[in-house]
Amino acid sequence: MGHHSNWPEWIYVGVIIAIMCWVGAEAWNVERLVEHVPADAETIIVTGQQWFWTFEHEDGTKEVGTLHVEAGKAYKFEVVSTDVNHSFNIHDYVVLMDAIPGRVNTVWFAPDKAGEHDIQCREYCGLIHYNMRGKLVVEDPLT
Amino acid sequence: MVLELQKPRPVWQIMFSTHHTDVGLLYLIMSIAFLFLGGTLALLIRAELFFPGSQIIADSMTFNRIFTVHGTTLIFLFLLPSASAVGNYFVPIMVRYKDMAYPKLNAIAFWMIPPAGALIWLGFADFTWYATPPYSIISSPGPAADMWIFGLKILGISSVLGAINFVVTILKCKHPDMSIGQVPLLAWAFLSSSLIVIVAIPTFAAALLMLLTDRLGVTGFFNPVMGGDPIAYAHLFWFTFHPEVYVLVIPAIGMMYEIIPRFSRKPIFSKSSGIFAFVLLSVVSFSSWAHHMYATGMSFTEKTVFMLGTLAAVPASGMHVFNFVATMWNGRIKFLTPMMWSIGGIALFFSAGAGGVANAAMPLDFTTHDTYWVVGHFHLFVMGTIAFGTIGFIYYMFPYVTGRMYNETAGKIHFILSFIGTVLVFFTQHVLGLYGMPRRIFDYPEIPEWIVMNQIATVGAMIIGVSMLIFLINLIHSSAKGKPADIHDPFGLGGKYYYPFESKNPHH
Repeated sequence: MGHHSNWPEWIYVGVIIAIMCWVGAEAWNVERLVEHVPADAETIIVTGQQWFWTFEHEDGTKEVGTLHVEAGKAYKFEVVSTDVNHSFNIHDYVVLMDAIPGRVNTVWFAPDKAGEHDIQCREYCGLIHYNMRGKLVVEDPLT
Repeated sequence: MVLELQKPRPVWQIMFSTHHTDVGLLYLIMSIAFLFLGGTLALLIRAELFFPGSQIIADSMTFNRIFTVHGTTLIFLFLLPSASAVGNYFVPIMVRYKDMAYPKLNAIAFWMIPPAGALIWLGFADFTWYATPPYSIISSPGPAADMWIFGLKILGISSVLGAINFVVTILKCKHPDMSIGQVPLLAWAFLSSSLIVIVAIPTFAAALLMLLTDRLGVTGFFNPVMGGDPIAYAHLFWFTFHPEVYVLVIPAIGMMYEIIPRFSRKPIFSKSSGIFAFVLLSVVSFSSWAHHMYATGMSFTEKTVFMLGTLAAVPASGMHVFNFVATMWNGRIKFLTPMMWSIGGIALFFSAGAGGVANAAMPLDFTTHDTYWVVGHFHLFVMGTIAFGTIGFIYYMFPYVTGRMYNETAGKIHFILSFIGTVLVFFTQHVLGLYGMPRRIFDYPEIPEWIVMNQIATVGAMIIGVSMLIFLINLIHSSAKGKPADIHDPFGLGGKYYYPFESKNPHH
């Protein structure tokens, strides 16, 4: 050591730092947009409990396991839990939020077209965690 | 240090010895035993997931217990003790001292591990290695959970005792003629990782006590029903266990720093940048713990801070990779087993790091968090980097420990199969995560992509299993019947550089 110059390493470290700055800035920018909940979003209270999901719409309608929403509208989920930690996940729409007892966590999404998607629990919650699954049904506004 | 196994000694003489190489040998044998126990559980998990539905494991509770003990075993009873084995053998010799600073404390730290391992294995808890409340408080069946808590408590104390011993040995017992800059990089690795242990572990030790009293119902630190906060546990846990990743990875990199220059027959490209990167990693290891918790409802600002703290670890890790490649550049590389494991480890370290950058970026984390992506990601570290570095080093120290050579062909087959297996399992698990399969599930719906990926991963795991069997046979057979090693240059490298055997530490 000592007898050779280290400039290739400095350039290399500089390139890494530049890439990290770009990743950080891009992530910051995207996350800022993703977290901005539209003002007209309809609230749905999502309750996780061992081992199923319950959904309560703004008008008071309750659903168990299957959630019906309309395409083209924005929805805000208020995710809560009554027992242990769960994680509310609609993978196709990158909706992920932990359901933690004693807390209300929010996440939102706006389904764009009609279809069926899986809802699952992504945080270990015990015996039937593997099958704590539900269905998201996105319907056309006219029907 | 050499020829531990050559002169016949009754086993109790090794067991009750406080000499650093004897304790090192005990650490080594125990950690290899737990590697095979934990690995067997991994194969059970993979076999179960080969098809949807229940295959060989009857119910999900058994499955949950298996992956909990699998993780706990391989982290605390294989990776940590195997690093201690290497440290015990080499650190005193590298700083030219007759033994560890506190030999009795060293033996005590080792002998705390078998009872802890017994508690974990006899209990067989189900709450994952993360023991997350409130599940671990209100839902997890005892006494398994309590045994796990006590086991981890003992392991934490053992780690701190071992770490204090390494720090004192390196800083206070090094030869007076030796400056701290002359201390070899492997010893620097143990200095850095031990300092992290001393700072990080007490936090989890406190959290474990709180978890235990919560389970007993006398407190409610993490129990929301009693006004506690489960997220507080998450912070305490990850404040210890994100740095713990570096506690594991830094010694493995130190081992590569020992192997790469020797087998490239060139001095290390830049020792000072290696030391700098170790120190920097130790510091930034404490700036990123909450990146495990983006989805717990953290504020945008918190997430941003921890994302930046996470990305800050990348340049230091990159410096190590650069150092390795620059050392190999233009070297006369001899591709023997230890070198192959090190090079494979560096390649997988790079892959794991690249995946980690994607995890750290906030929006991408919401795709990958708690899916098989994360499982693949950290296994590329723990298996692909840390276990690869350690196994390569076990081959490297084998002639010095036993006085005999391992079988080179079997060693190479072990590497090639393990490398193929590791890529098959953990790269496909990344893809599986992108398809959305959650972690820690006993069964999964019949989604064609999930089935294919799981089957590839299972085949890869079985290939690793076969290769590890070759490893075990090689170790046992060669330590008894292998051809005697030329102890002055067991790998035929031309011996220009310092070799550990040159300073023998007689039993005292």
